[in-house]
Amino acid sequence: MTSLAFSLLFALAIAGYVWNLMAARSIRQSGARMHSLSGFHGMYSFLLAVVPVMVLILVWQVLKGPVIDRMVLGGLPPGTLDGVNAGAVQLILSEIKSLAGGRTFGTPEDWKIEAAERLVGLRQTAAYSLVGLVAVVAGGLVLFARLRVGAEFRARHRVERIVSGLMIFCASVAIFVTLGIAGSLMFETYRFFERVPLTEFLFGLNWEPQIPLREDQIAAEGAFGWIPVFLGTIVITVVALFIAIPVGLLSGIYLNEFAPRRMRAVAKPILEILAGVPTVVYGFFAILTVAPAIRSAGAALGIDIAPNTALAAGSVMGIMLIPFISSFADDALSAVPQALRDGALGLGATRAEMMTTVLFPAAIPGIVGGILLAVSRAIGETMIVVMAAGLIAKMTINPLDSVTTVTVQIVTLLIGDTSFDNPKTLAAFALGMMLFLVTLVINVFALRIVRKYREAYD
Amino acid sequence: MTDIAAGPRRLSSTETVRAGLGRRKRHQIMLQGLGLAAISFAFLMLATLVGSLVMTGHKAFTQTHITLDVYVDPAEIPAAGLPRGGFRDVMTAALAERIPGVESRAELRALGAILSNGAQFMLRDRIVADPSLIGQTITMRVPVSDPYDQLKKGLIDRETPEAFRRVKDQEIAWFDTLMAQGAITEPFNWALFRNADSRFPELAGLKGALIGSAWALLVCFLISFPLGIGAAIYLEEFAPKNRVSDLIEVNINNLAAVPSVVFGLLALAVFLGWFGMQRSAPFVGGLTLALMTMPTIIIATRAALKAVPPSIREAALGVGASRHQVVFGHVLPLAMPGILTGTIIGLAQALGETAPLLLIGMNAFITSAPSTPFDSATALPTQIFIWADSPERGFVSRTSAAILVLLTFLVVMNALAIFLRNRFERKW
Repeated sequence: MTSLAFSLLFALAIAGYVWNLMAARSIRQSGARMHSLSGFHGMYSFLLAVVPVMVLILVWQVLKGPVIDRMVLGGLPPGTLDGVNAGAVQLILSEIKSLAGGRTFGTPEDWKIEAAERLVGLRQTAAYSLVGLVAVVAGGLVLFARLRVGAEFRARHRVERIVSGLMIFCASVAIFVTLGIAGSLMFETYRFFERVPLTEFLFGLNWEPQIPLREDQIAAEGAFGWIPVFLGTIVITVVALFIAIPVGLLSGIYLNEFAPRRMRAVAKPILEILAGVPTVVYGFFAILTVAPAIRSAGAALGIDIAPNTALAAGSVMGIMLIPFISSFADDALSAVPQALRDGALGLGATRAEMMTTVLFPAAIPGIVGGILLAVSRAIGETMIVVMAAGLIAKMTINPLDSVTTVTVQIVTLLIGDTSFDNPKTLAAFALGMMLFLVTLVINVFALRIVRKYREAYD
Repeated sequence: MTDIAAGPRRLSSTETVRAGLGRRKRHQIMLQGLGLAAISFAFLMLATLVGSLVMTGHKAFTQTHITLDVYVDPAEIPAAGLPRGGFRDVMTAALAERIPGVESRAELRALGAILSNGAQFMLRDRIVADPSLIGQTITMRVPVSDPYDQLKKGLIDRETPEAFRRVKDQEIAWFDTLMAQGAITEPFNWALFRNADSRFPELAGLKGALIGSAWALLVCFLISFPLGIGAAIYLEEFAPKNRVSDLIEVNINNLAAVPSVVFGLLALAVFLGWFGMQRSAPFVGGLTLALMTMPTIIIATRAALKAVPPSIREAALGVGASRHQVVFGHVLPLAMPGILTGTIIGLAQALGETAPLLLIGMNAFITSAPSTPFDSATALPTQIFIWADSPERGFVSRTSAAILVLLTFLVVMNALAIFLRNRFERKW
């Protein structure tokens, strides 16, 4: 039905376009001097109909579900929902919905069948009234647009104003998204801290996200101290940087200064491939190849290594970050003015000396900015650690041990569980909040360093 | 003797330099060597990555099949009882025809396990489609179950002691007999693309995931492309330089660096939680990916718009076009190749994105392909994640194969982007 509403809208809008175009043309042919080209009169009609009705349909779609749910629940025989908690009400509702969808389990009560029939009726009414509403509103707008066609009417200005408005809306979506992220995280995090004290979360040394299954269950309280989780994230990040920084920097330096042009032309795109590989692929690479290799290396040396050691996830993450750091280093070195190179070489420095004593120090702010962005990536990286790191939070900084990370916990807490009323799922949002804040601070800081440094030489 | 005592002779500066030259050259060579080693390490890792995936994955592109002459016994499968019937027993009987001496029920059951669990359903579908086959003998080629597929591909070591092996000596003997009879073939594994997910590796395919990903990418494109271009045009061509546009800029740059899992949290809380949208639906996945792709498209579009020389704008303005006409009639068409390149690269990133899709439930076990973007579905990367998590050995090679399929798509998309850039990019 929604697609019917959309097609109706577009049919009406296109009809409006043609109608206005024809009208404007005939006025023009009658010899009048038009303010706007005929096409703008047509566009005016089209946009005037499409924009508001599109908003109408979207709002309708969003509100339809909850409103119908409420009407169905309100229409239940009085007394059925007395003393029933919110979860059970949802259960009843979904049972009614599956009845309405024609899937019957067991023998439902009569009032449920009745409610299901009412639900079907309401949905049908809603669908018809949407189509009717679209027809009336869009038709009215098209008619209104047609009435305004005239030699004096500034259709182009109107169209441009509407288009400007649409573009401003597009640009502000970025702000809405940020607000949406901040708002939803804060909202759920606040609900989490209603159940778990802030001090326990921030300073607690235990992370056992469990919830009691029964009211009186003992020893299943769960502990929500994020320190061990964060520590695990740091361990894996450090391992990743241990690989990514030296390899990335050295290859950036080599590509920038020493590589023959032909090699550079081949090597840069190949490094880009490493950057374009999806992280889920790196995750599988970690469990398929790297972790067994590390384990057998450990066995050969007589070291006991956990199956999902932080070393595997961290080193694969390091490989992922190599192109990131190398391209930042390359860019930063290229941004150093030619005069500094020429000066150093003119004084008799070798190219290596010029690199280590002049170019590299001059490029350090840009490189640090790049490394910080890489750190924020490593902290926020999800799939590699979900697949290759552990699930148990431990207070350890031993990279041979198995550790867990913030992102692993977010994913494992939320997979397959959607009820937002227990500390377990809400804890994921609290972790998400911390992740968002930490990466945001690092990003803002890094972007500022990079930008400031660029301006210094321009 | 009036000679000045020969003290230590002072070196001339040329000599000082010359003395240090060897060391300095060694340093340079060392730095170059380190750089070369670093790059080689990166290439080696890439080669290992691709190599290990191809090594394990190529085996999933073929699937061991067995060809059987099946007598559709009317006693087991009465026409009146369709679509029910003893299809499994009929298949097992056809198999027992080829192996003489298998009598006991336990042996028959073990023998029947050579066939994939899907074999009986293939027979059922064929007979339901054409009930006149009942009572006849038909030739069927059906997949064998995972352990035998592994045996055929040499992934099960016959030398392992029987107790530690998934197939017993007796079963290997049966299989070898069938091999000797020429009943076993290993054709291209079309099921990998024709089937949706399954618990049985030999039946599991990517159809659902491919279609789910396609829907999600379509939704992502339809939302992020217009939004991104609109935002970029406004910011680049119309926005006054003030606090608000600065704020938007900072916002876009930050959004591009927000961890993807946070977008998943947003989608979970807002799209599923507040708006009550369908879980596991490619539509919601596409919506989430669109939010992540938008910053990429905005940044690429702005760069493309900036590359159009001002003379174009001035010429158009000079002949009386309005600013909107300049942008939409002249600047935007000239910037289009750059915009499309950026969009394709953004979509390629979106295709490989996994974490946000996990959070909105696109990792469900779904055995049918979605027919609309609102049906439950998986996507290619989440399917890889599911298979990587599956304990059956057969899924290891299938995961690698799925990754190879995903990487192929990414390579094609990026090649298309590079082609577009080289073909249509103009140097001013």
